Amino acid sequence: MRKKSLTLLSDGKLFRKENTLYFENAQGKRPLAVEGIYDIYIYSHVNITSQALHYLAQKGVAVHFFNHYGYYDGSFYPKESLHSGDLVIKQAQHYLDFEKRLKLAKLFVIGAAKNMERNLARFGAKHKFDELLEELDGCGKITDVMNVEARIRQEYYALWDETLPESFKIVKRTRRPPQNEMNALISFLNSRLYPAILSELYNTQLTPTISYLHEPSERRFSLALDLSEIFKPIIADRIANRLVKQGIIKKEHFRGDLNGVLLNEEGKKTVIKAFNKEMEKSVKHPKLKKNVTKKRLIRLEAYKLIKHLVGVQDYEPLVAWF
Amino acid sequence: MESYPETHLLIRGVEINYLFICKTKLWYFAKGITMEQENEYVDLGKFLHERSYFGEEKEVQIGPIKIDFVKKGDIIEVHEVKKGKSMEKAHEMQALYYIYYLKRHGINAKAVLNYPKLRETKEITLDGREQEVEEAINEVEQIKALSKPPEPVKTKKCKKCAYYELCWV
Ligand code: SF4
Repeated sequence: MRKKSLTLLSDGKLFRKENTLYFENAQGKRPLAVEGIYDIYIYSHVNITSQALHYLAQKGVAVHFFNHYGYYDGSFYPKESLHSGDLVIKQAQHYLDFEKRLKLAKLFVIGAAKNMERNLARFGAKHKFDELLEELDGCGKITDVMNVEARIRQEYYALWDETLPESFKIVKRTRRPPQNEMNALISFLNSRLYPAILSELYNTQLTPTISYLHEPSERRFSLALDLSEIFKPIIADRIANRLVKQGIIKKEHFRGDLNGVLLNEEGKKTVIKAFNKEMEKSVKHPKLKKNVTKKRLIRLEAYKLIKHLVGVQDYEPLVAWF
Repeated sequence: MESYPETHLLIRGVEINYLFICKTKLWYFAKGITMEQENEYVDLGKFLHERSYFGEEKEVQIGPIKIDFVKKGDIIEVHEVKKGKSMEKAHEMQALYYIYYLKRHGINAKAVLNYPKLRETKEITLDGREQEVEEAINEVEQIKALSKPPEPVKTKKCKKCAYYELCWV
């Protein structure tokens, strides 16, 4: 059985009775086959019993929580079950050896830039970041790498903006709180993507707290931030672009708030549905010569990182061919 | 009984098995880079260390091998039920390693390979094969000592291997 992500959007209670996990909401009580659950995303008010959490920990299921606005709050990340002392050491080595760290940091930015280029070509605003990438090449500090990355992103948003409908311009990429619809949409999607990456890392021996582009102190699971550079354009941005250009997400899916512009309940549901569907879509992998889901691409990226760390094969970030 | 662990017996049966299947897989596995499917493997040494089993009927599934801890006369039988003979060498050597292991702990054992489909059984005893096991142990240790995994080689086995994506992505 292929395990699936479970998203909870309605208020209720998650509990365990004997060897079954139940979700109870206004509609009634529904048993959940824990063996079929890959991870859980909770957007609503859910009471979880400690027995339920024990059970999920035992089964290695991570639970990700989102706040009232639909933004990521935190995860219940069960005690890691997959250990490799050797790999932890290699991961740390690549952080401590500055040249090694810089190399990886740049690779994440290169991957991100290439995927942004790929998007722009699809969105109808063909562009190459050659100059900025050349500048990146000469960077000798992580902060400089970060800086180039920010400028690439700025340019990307400006170009993408030209293709967007008038009412969904990004104009100025704002966060916390987003000040317009497109920003709210992108932030919401990125917020959903990050824990999905975390779930993939959980299923490998990589330690999510050791990262290269982002400082390990920045966020607890900063390696997921590194990887999200690669996946934000090919997953989150593409969904956002499609949803507004096809008119699936409209102005009425948002509401104003003291906290800026936010998706309303209907909007959140629509976006989550689109996200879940997108993650299950497959593409033919040119190297593996088989179909893999978008979600699996994240795992494969983790594998490539493992191979880089153990010295088998230099990491080459995923550049979307699809 | 000799005390556990003895350094030269610190390798696990499944590592002997992997030696005859794929050395790349062996390296990754030995370094703790396992795939979900591998997580169920029990370590015989740990099992013997943690539990007393004599006088009880006990079965333990160790990777593809089932050890039947029924004392038959004076001998413990390591049973293995197999579909076909494709992984024969790997399984046989793993069983042989267990017999060798048990002998080092003063326990006499033999292995019985069962091929229900072929209506065949095959008995394996250690007699005269110590050296073969020791060579395998040495080779496992050499591979584990490598700083990176041996180059993967694409074979028919890869298709069904849990490491396929890791090796070939
Ligand atoms: S995929 Fe092939 S080369 Fe890689 S570990 Fe498996 S059998 Fe060995």
